[in-house]
Amino acid sequence: MSGTKTISFTLNGAKKEFAIAPGELLVKLLRRSGLTGTKEGCDEGTCGACTVIVDGRAVMSCIMPAFLVEGRRVETIEGVGDFGKVHPIQQALADAGAVQCGYCIPGLIMSAKALLEEKPDASDEDIRTHMDGNLCRCTGYEKIWTALRNVRDANQPKQA
Amino acid sequence: MAKRTFKVVNQSVTKLDAIPLALGKPLFVADFKPADALYAKFLWSPHAHAIIKSIDISAAEKMPGVHCVLYHGNVPRIAHTTAGQGYPEPSPYDTFMFDRKVRYVGDRVAAVAAETLEIAEAALKAIRVEYEILKPVLSIEEALQEGSPVIHDEPEARAIIPVPYEPQKNIAAKVGMDVGNVEQAIAGAAYKLDNSYYIHLAQHCPIEPHVALAHVDAEGRLVIRTSTQVPFHARRITAQVLDIPVRMVRVIKPRIGGGFGVKQEVLIEDVVGMMAWRTRRPVFLMYTREEEFVSSRTRHPERIRVRLGADPEGTLTALSMDCISNTGAYGAHALTVVCNSGSKVLPLYRSANVHFTGTAVYTNLPVGGAYRGYGATQAAFAVESAVDEFAETIGIDPLVFRMNHHIRSGETSPVFAALGEGKAGVQQSIGSCGLDKCIKLGAKAIGWKKRGDWRKKKGRYRRGIGMCCLMQGSSIPEIDMGAASLKMNEDGSFNLLMGATDLGTGSDTVLAQIAAEAIGTTSDKILVYSSDTDMTPFDVGAYASSTTYLTGNAVLDAGLKVKKQILSVAAELLEKKPSELEVRDAQVFAKDGSGSVTFQDVALHSLYAANQFQIAAISSNISHKSPPPFAAHFAEVEIDTETGLIRVVKYVAATDCGTAIHPKLAEGQVEGAVMNGICYALTEQYLFNEKGRMTNDSFLNYKIYSMRDKPEMVTILVPTYEKTGPFGAKSVSEIGINGPCPVIANAIYNAVGVRLRETPFTPEKIWRAMQQH
Repeated sequence: MSGTKTISFTLNGAKKEFAIAPGELLVKLLRRSGLTGTKEGCDEGTCGACTVIVDGRAVMSCIMPAFLVEGRRVETIEGVGDFGKVHPIQQALADAGAVQCGYCIPGLIMSAKALLEEKPDASDEDIRTHMDGNLCRCTGYEKIWTALRNVRDANQPKQA
Repeated sequence: MAKRTFKVVNQSVTKLDAIPLALGKPLFVADFKPADALYAKFLWSPHAHAIIKSIDISAAEKMPGVHCVLYHGNVPRIAHTTAGQGYPEPSPYDTFMFDRKVRYVGDRVAAVAAETLEIAEAALKAIRVEYEILKPVLSIEEALQEGSPVIHDEPEARAIIPVPYEPQKNIAAKVGMDVGNVEQAIAGAAYKLDNSYYIHLAQHCPIEPHVALAHVDAEGRLVIRTSTQVPFHARRITAQVLDIPVRMVRVIKPRIGGGFGVKQEVLIEDVVGMMAWRTRRPVFLMYTREEEFVSSRTRHPERIRVRLGADPEGTLTALSMDCISNTGAYGAHALTVVCNSGSKVLPLYRSANVHFTGTAVYTNLPVGGAYRGYGATQAAFAVESAVDEFAETIGIDPLVFRMNHHIRSGETSPVFAALGEGKAGVQQSIGSCGLDKCIKLGAKAIGWKKRGDWRKKKGRYRRGIGMCCLMQGSSIPEIDMGAASLKMNEDGSFNLLMGATDLGTGSDTVLAQIAAEAIGTTSDKILVYSSDTDMTPFDVGAYASSTTYLTGNAVLDAGLKVKKQILSVAAELLEKKPSELEVRDAQVFAKDGSGSVTFQDVALHSLYAANQFQIAAISSNISHKSPPPFAAHFAEVEIDTETGLIRVVKYVAATDCGTAIHPKLAEGQVEGAVMNGICYALTEQYLFNEKGRMTNDSFLNYKIYSMRDKPEMVTILVPTYEKTGPFGAKSVSEIGINGPCPVIANAIYNAVGVRLRETPFTPEKIWRAMQQH
C-alpha cells in the first residue's frame, strides 16, 4: 500500500503493530485484522455499533482514524469475554433476554463496560445518559436497561 | 380451561445465540467477507423521474482494479418484483435489475465491483450519464390527477395474478369489499363520523443495513450469504433475475442484524450474484446508512377516510374505510399491505355493514415495502383514532365502547372471508381472545379511572391518557408453508433444520423449545440450523407473524414423529410395547416401573446395535387460519402547552399472544415494537425537497429513540390458549407497533383537546393545532 504507516498499540492486552493506510479508520483496521465483533451500522458515529474502549473511554471506532490510537490501549469485544469466561455484562444481557438480533450488542457492551468500570455505582441517570449513543432497534431497551442495572447493583457492596 | 403444564415451553430459557452474540463471535454476513472479495457499489439516480438518454461506462471499465460494471445495457431485462412473497407473487412485475428509466432519487443506474471501496467509488464517478428529466410525481394526489405523468409506462409491467393493475393511471393495486350496505346504514344512523387521516413514510432502521456476499463455488454454483428474512424467495428471485436455474443458486442466511420487514425484499442479491457470476470473484456489498434510508424500502404512507355510523343506543351499524397507499416508485407489497389495512383492522369491531377499498398508487418517492405491522399500523391509527372520537360524539367512555363492540371468542367477521392476500380470504372464527382481560389489566396499570376531561385541565404542562385496541394475524392462511426436519444424534441431542428465519426475534430458540417439549428433552439438546436453501427444508420465511404459529406446528409434528420412533426403539430395548412406555426428561420409562433407557441408549442402539435406522422426521405445515393476537395499549403523555413538546410518561401494552413459548422474548417483541412505534409517532419522518430528494438521510436528523428516551414501559402478557397453535401459541411480533400512533393521538386529545389526524405528532404540529383551537 502506498503511503502506509506503521503504528503500534495495545490491543486487548497485547502489544501489536499494524501497517495502516492514510485515513484508515479504526473500525476498518480492526475488522480486516479479524476482530469482526466490532460492528458497522452507520459509518458516521451515530449508532454506536462500532464502540470500542480506548484508554478506558468508550469511543466510536467508525469515526476514529486508526493513527490516533498509536501508543494507546484499545479494547474490543473480543477482549471482554469468551466461552467459559463470559463477562458479567454479557451474562446479564443474556439472562435478561436483552439480546435479540445482537448486532448492537458488542458496541453496547463496550459502552456499558467503560461506564461501569469508571463508575461502578453509576446512577440510573448516568446509565441512561451514557448509553444514549448506542442505538438498538429490536428491544425497546427495556431488558437492556434491566440487565445494566442488575450489573451495577451486583457491583455494590452488600448492605449489612 | 384446564391448566396446562409445560416443561420447556412457556419458560424463558437462555436464548440459544445470546452468548455467542454478546461475545461478538463472527455470525453476521460482513464477518464472513474474505480478504479477496470485491466491493460492489451502486450509482444512484439523482433525479426522481428521468430517462437515461445515454450512459458511458467505458472509462469506469478501464480503471485498474475495476472488475465489473453493470447497467441496463449489459444485463438481462427481466420484469420481476423484489417483494419476497409467495409464488406467484401478488406484487406487480415492474422492476428490472437495471432500467433505462429511473423512478426516484436513489433508483439504480449502474453498479461497479472493484478491488477496493475507494476504487469502486472512483469508478462510479467515471460513469457518464445523460438524463432527460421528466416531471416527478411526489404525492398521492398528484399521482391520481388526470394527465399526471405515467411512472410505469414500460410494456412489461404487469400483475401476474388476476388483480386490478392500471399503471397507465399510476395505480399499482386495487382491492375492496362490501358487507351489507354502509351507505344506507350511515344515512340512517343516529351518530355519524367522517374523518380523514394521513400516516407517514418511515424506515425500519435495522442497525445492520442490507448486506450480501456472493461467490461461485468449486462446483460452479452461485452461493449468496445474505441478511434476508426470506432465503427461499431470495433464491427463487435471484435465479429468475439472473436467468439461471434455481438449482444453480444457494442462499445462506447467517444471523441477521434486524429486519422488521425491510429484509423481506430481494434488494441486492441479484447484483452481487450477477457480479460474482461474471467475475468468478467473491463480491461484497453493504449499504451505507444513507442508502438504507433512500434506496431500500419504507412503510407505505396512507391516506385513510373512516366513516362510522351508530344507532341511537350507540351501537355501531356502519364501519367504512377507504385507504389510498403510496407505494413509491415500485409496487413492492403494494396490494398486500393495503389489503391488510382492511383485513387486520376491520374485523376487530362488530358491525352489520362494512365497506372497504384499498388503492395503491405509484409516485416518484422511495419504495414502500413490508414493515412490521404491514398495513395494520396505518389503518389502526385511523380507525382507533376515529373510534375514540366517535365514542365522545356518542357520549360513551371510549374504553366501554370498545368493550361493547370488540370481536370475541367463537365469533367471526365477514372480513376474514372477503379479504385475502391477492385473492379471497379464508373464513375463520376466533379461537382464543383475551382482549377483555388486556383492556382491564391495561386500564388498571395506566390508571384509566383517574383520566379527566381535557377541558378541566390547567397549567403549562398537561397530561392526558389514551388507549386503543389491536389485532393482527398469525401467518397467511392457505398460502404460507413452513417445514422442519429433526434427526437424533448419538448423545441424545437432535439437529433441527428449518428454513424459518430467525431475524433476531429468537425464533430459533422458540422452535427449539417446541421441539424439546414435543420430544421430551431440554432445549439445549436441540441444535438449530436455519436457514440454508441447500440444507434446510423450505419455509416461506419470517413475515406475516408466521414463524411461531406456522413453523412451530411443523416442528411440533416432527418432534412427535421422532418421539414415536424413540419409543419404538426403547420398546425393543425394554422388551415392552411402545404404549407401555413414557418419555420424561430425555429418558424412556416403562410405566410399570420395570426399567428405563436414556435417549443416548436409544440413539446408540438405533445407529449401531440392531435394526439400525436414522431416527429422524420431516414435517410440513400449512396454516388454515390466521388466529389474531389481541392487544390493548394505553399511554400517558405530558404536553408543554407553550412549546408543544410532548413526552410519553408511561406506556402500557397488554397482549394476548396465546401461550408465550418464551415469555421474555415475547415481551421483548412487544417492547421493541412499541418503542419503534413511539418514535414513529413522535419523531421519525422523511423530509423531501421539491425534487423528491430525502434531506435527512442520517440518524443525526432522522431520530430513532435511545435508552435515554425510553418512557416507563409496562408489558403485560395475557395468557390464552389457541387450540390450533403449537402448545396454544399465537403470534406476537408485529402487533405492538400498531398501538403508539392512535394511543398517543388519543392521549394528546385527552391532554389538550386537539385531534391530530396526521402523523408524526411533532411539537410544532401540536403547538399549531393548539393555536387554532
